[in-house]
Order: sequence, then structure tokens, then C-alpha cells
Amino acid sequence: MKAPPFRHMAVAAVLALALLVPVLAPAYRSQLALLWVMIVFALTWDLLGGQMGYNSFGNVLFFGVGMYACVIIQRDAGLGYFTGLFLGSGAGALLAAALAALLGSGILGLRGHYFAIGTLGLGIAAGELASGWQFVGGGGGMVPPLFPGEVGGRETFFYYLSFALAAVTLPFLRWLYASRFGLVLNAIRDDEDKAEAMGLRTTRYKTTAWCISAFFLGLTGGAVGNLLGFVDPREVAFAGSTFGVWMVLMAILGGKGTLWGPVIGAAVFHLTKELFWTYLLGWQRVALGLLIVVIVVFFPVGILGWARERWPERFGHRIDEAEAGP
Amino acid sequence: MTFILQLERVRKAFGGLIANKDVTLRVPAGKIFGLIGPNGSGKTTLFNSIVGHHPIDGGSIRFDGREISRLRVPEIARLGLLRTFQQTRIYGGMTCLQNMVISVPTSELGWRSMFSRSPPEDLRRAEDLLDFVGLGPKRHLRAGDLSFGQQKLLELAMALMSRPKMLLLDEPTAGINPTLINGLLDRLRRVNQQLAITLLVIEHNMGVIMNLAEYVYCLAHGELLAEGNPEQVQKDPKVLDAYLGAR
Repeated sequence: MKAPPFRHMAVAAVLALALLVPVLAPAYRSQLALLWVMIVFALTWDLLGGQMGYNSFGNVLFFGVGMYACVIIQRDAGLGYFTGLFLGSGAGALLAAALAALLGSGILGLRGHYFAIGTLGLGIAAGELASGWQFVGGGGGMVPPLFPGEVGGRETFFYYLSFALAAVTLPFLRWLYASRFGLVLNAIRDDEDKAEAMGLRTTRYKTTAWCISAFFLGLTGGAVGNLLGFVDPREVAFAGSTFGVWMVLMAILGGKGTLWGPVIGAAVFHLTKELFWTYLLGWQRVALGLLIVVIVVFFPVGILGWARERWPERFGHRIDEAEAGP
Repeated sequence: MTFILQLERVRKAFGGLIANKDVTLRVPAGKIFGLIGPNGSGKTTLFNSIVGHHPIDGGSIRFDGREISRLRVPEIARLGLLRTFQQTRIYGGMTCLQNMVISVPTSELGWRSMFSRSPPEDLRRAEDLLDFVGLGPKRHLRAGDLSFGQQKLLELAMALMSRPKMLLLDEPTAGINPTLINGLLDRLRRVNQQLAITLLVIEHNMGVIMNLAEYVYCLAHGELLAEGNPEQVQKDPKVLDAYLGAR
């Protein structure tokens, strides 16, 4: 399938705009850095929730584990700031993926609502554990080391780091979904019993998918801990009621099970949320709650899902010849 | 004669209900055999037992010379014994072509090939098989948007895609337009002869089973009631009783 040239141009324009943000809109660097993080959240959630049909409410666990692992390494390993940050994020990502493999072998045996409920406890349990463990600062959390550069350099650095995370995750998932692995995930979503009856090793693929999701979330965790400048067990690292729920909402809003849906959903959601915080201060959480209700009621299949139902031919679902078979 | 599938005294109970009671049944390689019986006689339970959907309570099941009664569904499928479902099961959110290319034998899905796209020869074979069942023009439609009968044909094509040695077909003609049944039977015979796939077919439509199978087993109340060539079984007074009630 050849992409139309205007699509290449649109991607190039967005890329150029994204790279120029620190020059064009320096005041919004931190906000927009968080936008890229939200996009990674929605994309990694959709890998299981949308493509594989396993709604996880515990993905924030991997984010928090990555964040803690990174900051601990930065604190204890005695490396320079950037070496510590990069090695720490990498270690956090690997730890998160290993944890997903371990948990997956148990929890991924649950299906449907049972899986969702089973994962719901993960983030909460991790938050409680972290806030009772003095080695990681207990309830007070941890503070990553100070950014060494000049004033303002920190925001620009983390803006580009967050952008890089999203810019790596999206093409990686695009490649993954085009492979047979992506088809197997879809097959599991549509009918897992059938996939097993056809001989597919579903448990192995489910666990691998969760590991991939956890890896990118762990990587993001390290960056976000440093971007925000503090690691709180319940409010930042294992923030199930904010980040954990937003991941799900953004993917649903944009369209579960599509590549671009989570990106669109994250952008719309983050922008709306920031506007609420700016213009409806005091009522921002009420407005956000209403927005969530509106999303679920009016966009049950998301923005892209709605578009696909409306114009299926645009998405390649067409009958090839005038006459149809039996 | 070599038997590809051999069941010896297979027993399966759900609590107090004995769904299969010491069923002994043999299917020789390369043949089309039938399995009939009134509703609730344990045919689908027997299929589920064979493919490892649930553990059996007693007896033995051998496929291709190997005991499979302790293996699980995907393991048995990888040995080349596949079933289709009475309530057709396809991947509804994927296109017909995607349904097909992901149904290749799992031995071809190693880690490396898993993370690459489907090779062109798979696509070609998928399209050939879709043409074979008459779904060629619909290959880019979502499988969930097909009619029930079309989904049944797709499910058959998916099973063929994975190059099985033997297929267990659970009511392949149910829900298919009567005018298309003959075409389907013709395809099943070609599957059997040209691709050398052994078939064991559950069927309620007597005309179909008499036409298709060369040997028929009849179950009633979980027990094997009669067996023989279709004419014999059809005339067997026990079979008539089981279907129509005792006279």
C-alpha cells in the first residue's frame, strides 16, 4: 500500500513543528513534554487493551517500577547525571519487562473482566509497598539529582527526551502491528479459543506483548521522574487514579486497536485537560469526570473507530469485484 | 489398514451426566467418516475430548500413532489434528486474508518469522484457498461482516491453510444455503482426495452424511449405538428408534 504524498508531508510537518517547539513556544515545553509522555502511555496501553483485547488497569505499575529503578541508580551508582539517567532508564525498562514476564505467566491466564480486575490491584499494591519501604524514601518518595545544565536547559532537554520516547515507540509499534505478531495479537483479541485451537502458543505471545508494553513504560518512567523532579509513590509513580486511568481513556477516546487512535486520543485528552486546569480551576476535576462520561457514552469505539465504521473503504475493507461469492 | 485416529473406551462425565460412555471408534487415514446422533447424544463432547478441550475420565485417544489424551488443544493442533466449531469461530475484527495468513502451520511461526510480515507465498496460498471456498472477492472484508454461511466457509479455508492431517468438522453444512451444500460437499471431497486430509464429520443432515461419508458411527445417550456403511446404519432399527423415539 502506497501512502499518499500528502500523508508524508503531514508527518514531516508535524515532526518539524515538534522539533521546533522549544524555539517557538518555550513556555509550553514542560506541558508538551507531558503530551509526548501521554502518547506513549496510550500507545503502550493499546498494545494489550486494543490490539490484544486485554484491558489492563495495572500498567502504571511498570511506569512506577521504571521510575524508581532509574532514580535509585542515579542516587546510588555514583555515575554522572546523564550516564545515570540513561543507564537507570534502561535498567528500569528491563526490570519492568522482567516483572511483566513474571506477572504475565500468572495473570494473563485470566480472561476478560477477570484480567482487568486482577491487574487493578497491581498498581495499588505497588504504591503501598513503595510508601512503606524506607530504602526508596517511604511515603515521602525520592528526589532525583539536580539537572547540571544552565537555567532553562532542563526543560528543553526533557522535552526532546520525551519526544524521542514517543518517536521511537510509535514506529516500533507500527512495525510490530504489521508483522505476524500483530496478527496473532488481533487473533487473540477476536477469539482466543480459536487461536489455541489453531495451535498458536497464545500465552507466550500475550506475555511477550506485555513485556514490550512494560519495557516502554519503564523507559518512560525514568524520564518522567526526572522531568517532574520528584518521585511520590502514590501521586506520581504508581498513580493509578490519574495516569493509570488516563492511559485507558486516551486509547479509548482515540480508537482502541488502531495505531493512530491512541495518539489522537492522547492529544485531544491532554489538550482538553490542560484547558480545564487553566480555565475551570476549582471545577477541573468535575469537568474531567464529565469528559470521561461523554467519551464512554458518545465515542464507545473512539474517534478512529467511528471513522472506520463510517468509511470502511477508506480503511481497506472493500469487496474486490462487482459480483460477490456465495 | 492404518488408523489415523483411534479411540478406545473414551469416557467423559460432567458431574452425574455421562456424556461419553466407553466410546470406541477408529478412523483410517485418508477416508471420510461420519458421526451422527440425536441432539445431546455427546457428539460435540467427543470432539472436544479428542482435541484436548477437556481432560477425559478414562480410555485412550491415539492420533497418528501417538497417545494424545493428555495433551492440550494447541499441542494437538500442532500435530495436525484440527477441528472446526459448530458455532463458527473466526477472527471477526480481521480481514479474511488476515484470518488466512495467520492460520499457517505454527511450525512456520518461529520467533524470527513471527516478527516479519507474511511471506508472499503465504498470501498466494491464502488467496488460492479463499478462491477455492468462493470467498476470493471478499478477501479484504472484515470476517465479522460475512454471513454465517460465509464464515463457515472461511473457517474451513483457515483449517486447510494450516495443512492438517485430519479435520474434525462439526456440522459443516448447518446454516449454509441448501443450494450451496452440494458445492460444499464437492469441496470437502476434493479436500479429502487432493490434499489427502482425513475427515471426521458431525452432521444432522442425513442426506449429506449418506452422500459424503463411507462409514458412519451413531451415538445416542453418550454410547456408540451403531456403526457401518451409511445404508446399514440408516436402516438399523436402533438408530431409527434413537432419532424418532421407540415405536
